[in-house]
This record gives sequence, C-alpha cells and structure tokens, in this order.
Amino acid sequence: MKGAVLRKPGGFNDIYKHKPGADKDRTHYCPGCGHGILHKLIAEALEDLEITDRTIVISPVGCSVFAYYYFNTGNLQVPHGRAPAVATSVSRANPGSVVISYQGDGDLAAIGGNHILQAANRGENITVFFVNNAIYGMTGGQMAPTTLEGMKTTTTPYGRNPATDGYPMKVAEMLNSLYAPTFIARTSLHDIANIRKTRAAVRKALQYNMEKKGFSIVEVLSMCPSNWKLGAVESQNWIRDHMLEVYPLGTLRDRGAEVAPRVRPRPELDPARVRETLGLGEGSGVKLERPKETPVYPNPSVRIAGFGGQGVLSAGVVLANLGLEYGYNVSWLPSYGPEMRGGTANCSVKIQDGTIGDTEATKPHVLIALNRPSMEKFEPIVASGGTLIYNSTLIDVTPSRKDIRVLAVPITGLADELGNTKVQSMVAAGAFAAATGLFALDDIIRLLPSLYSGEAIVKLNEKAVKAGFDFVRGIKS
Amino acid sequence: MDGPRKYPFCEIDQEECKGCGLCVNACPAKVLEISSHLNSRGFHPSSYKGSGCLGCGTCFYSCPEPGAITVYLKDYVPEGV
Repeated sequence: MKGAVLRKPGGFNDIYKHKPGADKDRTHYCPGCGHGILHKLIAEALEDLEITDRTIVISPVGCSVFAYYYFNTGNLQVPHGRAPAVATSVSRANPGSVVISYQGDGDLAAIGGNHILQAANRGENITVFFVNNAIYGMTGGQMAPTTLEGMKTTTTPYGRNPATDGYPMKVAEMLNSLYAPTFIARTSLHDIANIRKTRAAVRKALQYNMEKKGFSIVEVLSMCPSNWKLGAVESQNWIRDHMLEVYPLGTLRDRGAEVAPRVRPRPELDPARVRETLGLGEGSGVKLERPKETPVYPNPSVRIAGFGGQGVLSAGVVLANLGLEYGYNVSWLPSYGPEMRGGTANCSVKIQDGTIGDTEATKPHVLIALNRPSMEKFEPIVASGGTLIYNSTLIDVTPSRKDIRVLAVPITGLADELGNTKVQSMVAAGAFAAATGLFALDDIIRLLPSLYSGEAIVKLNEKAVKAGFDFVRGIKS
Repeated sequence: MDGPRKYPFCEIDQEECKGCGLCVNACPAKVLEISSHLNSRGFHPSSYKGSGCLGCGTCFYSCPEPGAITVYLKDYVPEGV
C-alpha cells in the first residue's frame, strides 16, 4: 500500500475525454463489474512502477473495448481476438515499451484462441490480462468457451450441455502446456483477499514485462452481474460457489527468477542480399536517364481510382516501376474491396527523390479517375495546381474545380479501339507521362518487355501507352 | 462533513458511485451504507457513516469505479497543515 491516501491511480486519465456524451468522469461499466476493479489494479501498478508513459494497452472487442477511454497510456483497439498479434508487433517494434493485451474470454478463448496460443508459444514479451467471466458480456450473455457446464446463457437456455456444447475451456492450464511462457496465474475478484492476490499477480506480470522476461498472463475470474442476472455481491459469491471448482486459483508457473531477459536480434536488411534472394539480379537491366524536360511536379504523389478490373492497381504498379528505373524512391499503396471485379479500387503512388513517409496520397498532384464515383470522391482532394485526368468515355460530367488542370481523356475508348479494354492501365500510364513530363514515351516502351511477356501483349501495350501519350500531347498543342 | 476530520477517513464520490454495494459488503468495520438518496444518474450511492474507518483500503480495492472511493489513511496529513 502506498502513500497516506488511496485515490484514483495515476495510470488513469483524469477525465475520460474520448468517451462520448456528458459522462466523462465515470466508466461505462455496469455496477459491480469486475473490469473496473482489474482496471484499477493495473492503473495503480502502472503508477507505482512508473511505467505509465511507456505502456501501450491493446484493447480487445468486448466490454473492455473502450479501455482506451481510461488508461493514460498509449492505446490501440484492435479486431476481435487479435490483441496478442498486435501486441507482438508493438512489442517488437518498440522494445522499450511495456505492452499489455487486455482481453475477455470470448475474445481470447474463442475467436482469438489461436492468436493467444501462438503469442504464448513464441514467448512474446507481453503481459496478457484475461478476464474470465464465463460469458459473452458486451453482446448480451451468450455462451463463451469458458461457460460452466449447466450454466444458462442466451444461447444455452437449458444450460451448457457438454454433449453438444463442449466443456469449459481452461486457458491457464492450456497455456501451461507450452514451453515458452514465463508467468501464468489464475486469480479472482470474489473477495478482498483474492483481489489483493490479483493485485500482486498484476504487479509481478508487469515487473517481468519491464525486465523483458517474456510472456506473462493473469487469468482473472470476474463478475458479470448484468448477464449473470445477479446482484454485485451475489456475483462475487457465485464465483466462489461455482467457478472456483472448475477454475482453481493459483500460480501455475513462475519462472521469472530463472529466465534471462530476452533480447531479440535486430533484423538486418542487406539490399544486395534481398535482390539476390528474390532473383532480381541488378533490376530489369534498364537504367534510364531522366527526361531532359523539367517535370511539371518534381516529386509527384498520384491517386488512381476506378472500378475494380479497370487496371487501376496495375496502372499504379507501372508508374511505380517506371519511377524505380529512373532512380526515384517509390511507393504503391492499393486500397480495394473484397471483390476481384466490380466494386471500387484506388491506389496511391509516390515517386520522390527523398524519403517517402506517408504512403497514402492524401493531396495528390495527379488524379487519374477512371469512373464517375471515383472522380466525385477524389476531385476535392487534388492539390491546388494539380492535374485531373478523367476517363471521358465513362464520365459524363465535367470536373468543377477551377484551380486545377483538367484533361479529358477517353481512356476506355482508346483501349477499346485497340481491341482490348484491359489495356486501360497502359493508356492511363501514357496519359500520365504526357501530362507530367516525368517519363519519356520511348523509355516506357523500352521497359514493356520487362513488365509483360509475349510479343503480342507487349505490342498491344506499346500501342496503348502511345495512344494515351499522344492523346494528351494532342490536347496540349 | 462539519468539523475536523478524523483519520483514517473514507470519502465516496456520490456522483461517480453506481451503488453496486461491493464496498458496503466488503468493509470489515461495517462503516459504509447504501444511501437513501439518489444521485443524478439514478443510483443510491454508498456513503461513509462518519466514524469507525480502519483505513484498511478494502473498500478502495473492492470498488470497480476508478475514482469513486478515496481513503485517507491514518498517517495522512492534509495540505496546509
């Protein structure tokens, strides 16, 4: 116990400013919920161990999805069950941080079951706080993997029947079968003695985390008065009378004293070896001199958008590849739906001499819009003074911006005249080259054999590039 | 609360408290009770009877609300004293 006063621990935010609505000084948890107690024990430990400002809490899907309202730490909220995977990457990318994965039983033991197993098996330097209340709380009381035999939930109205629903999953015991974990404990919040034991386990787990001693998990038996349909005190008694028998408490493993701090090797990246491994040799063999004319945009960021299947993404790949051959740094960031055809797709391409940070073209110098929805969506974000190339075959409106250069190019039509609408991407690439002066037509044509195989295909794409290029140059003259 | 406080002393934020009663049940000295009045959120908050606090912290650690309970321990010295 610390100081001469016990008050709201420093690991919490004073005011929960991210919480919507007027109630910014109270949690969203139901009266008597165990989450609040565990939150308090964690927040107190963060303050006492002086790690609040280097801790990152990963919150799950479940009632604790909003843990980021409360903890005065770095916070990430991640997809259902994936907290250990994200915690892994955060911990490896920031070895100096203390990474906490906070998860419930539906999240950790059901949808995320494999994630927790693999993270534990790798001995990731993370601490998992696992709230086991034997039920899905947020979604309204469905059966969880941890639901007790005979326990009534909304999906087991006659009680969980092992014949059809399986048995309560004992996560701590399961993880204890693995070699790598350092600390595994199961505690409970059902009375003050056990709350204090939970407090000690929380501190130990975080201490090992600070010492880089690998994977630690504390499974905490916790009350869910709302879904158990019990009062708060009755819920504590229910843990005592029903859960303890199935989920015995105690420290299943504590190897903290014997484990040496884990130091992960720094990944080494040797560009020559990467090229060799990927069979890239010295690149395509074509080293290009940049065109003599000064490009309209020296370090352009580009957005290409349209229907999936219009060659939106491949047009971006072509531009990025060309940029590489001229010795630029390039990036290509695709964004598309689950469909292979139809739907919408767009990509961002950056072609720069300097280092590329953000790979998304949020204020593109050039927008190539292949259909109307894309033009309407992205026209507003084009940088002032930028260029909008729009596919006048399919877009029956004209852009409204007056502070940008607008080029109407019948991209689909030009490709169709060549007998194959699939070459829209190369028509677009040709139009881009002509509009920006960044790439010379001859250079693109020389590169085509390294991008496409088959003489007929290369020839077709050559015609497509030329059609797009010549059309735009025709507009200019 | 009028007059000088005697430490240890327990203070319950009447607005943050959700009236779950875990602290009342857990308090070994039985010096907490559920109030008859409602707070602005519609809960009957827990409150300190005014004397008998042991300063054990049981209520603090039993309470799920981060800032609802503050316990001033025996050796607490108020600011400005």
